[in-house]
Amino acid sequence: MQMFVAVVCGLIFGWGLLISGMLQPTKVIGFLDIFGSWDASLAVVMAAALVVSGVGFWITAARERPILAARSMWPTKRDVDAPLVIGAALFGVGWGLVGLCPGPALENLATLSPRVIAFVVAMAFGMVSHSLWDEIRSGRRRGRAEITVGADG
Amino acid sequence: MANFTPVSAAIGGALIGLAATLLMLFNGRVAGISGILATCLNGRGSNIGWNAAFIVGLVLAPLTASLAGFPIAIPQMPDNWALVVAAGVLVGFGSRLGGGCTSGHGVCGMARLSVRSAVATAIFMATAVSVVAMSRHVIGV
Repeated sequence: MQMFVAVVCGLIFGWGLLISGMLQPTKVIGFLDIFGSWDASLAVVMAAALVVSGVGFWITAARERPILAARSMWPTKRDVDAPLVIGAALFGVGWGLVGLCPGPALENLATLSPRVIAFVVAMAFGMVSHSLWDEIRSGRRRGRAEITVGADG
Repeated sequence: MANFTPVSAAIGGALIGLAATLLMLFNGRVAGISGILATCLNGRGSNIGWNAAFIVGLVLAPLTASLAGFPIAIPQMPDNWALVVAAGVLVGFGSRLGGGCTSGHGVCGMARLSVRSAVATAIFMATAVSVVAMSRHVIGV
């Protein structure tokens, strides 16, 4: 049942990206190009998503537990640390270079565009590299407290 | 603002917010795409199932849309392959190091008023805007 919900959520999320035009990298670049002919659409997408999920999360948080799971896995990290800052900066550089972030990149695989496939393979390589690097780093710190790999999303 | 499409942006954004809400309400999970993909790639834990299912839904969306008569545009990307690959690696590594991307930090994190996510979103917006400004108006690619 949880699998079914996940597929439906992926579909709705995908339709959202599609209808909003965010599958097209040039549309995203149009938003990021504040010194050119600025296209504010992405800001509207984020604002609408924030209003709906803000209310939705507020309702969800008021419940004792999710409908299908034992407990809600809300992210637990609170502090603004160096990995957050450096990671977000690197992510932004990549996003600005091509206009693709993970959601639209994966969804655009459906177009079988060779450049999208290359981007997704490179993105997967970047993620696996991070995991390996993180393992080596935490291996060196063995003996100290277990490092929580609690991501934000 | 010739290309500004506020109505479709608002409808699409609302659907993204709805998907994030339903995933939390039913499964108790955050709809962060970089985290979902990374979980599938790392191949451990009992969560690979729903993560993979979410990605299947995501990729099926354009296919269902084209069946419903929505034209799906081919994404326009830079001609330079090295640039495409470098951007992919940066997006993949950066989103994991920073703990999230546009969905995890920009939507889900900000919606629950996380300071971490607000800072991350401000930073990736700033660097992305700078890169576009450099490439379009300084170097002139």
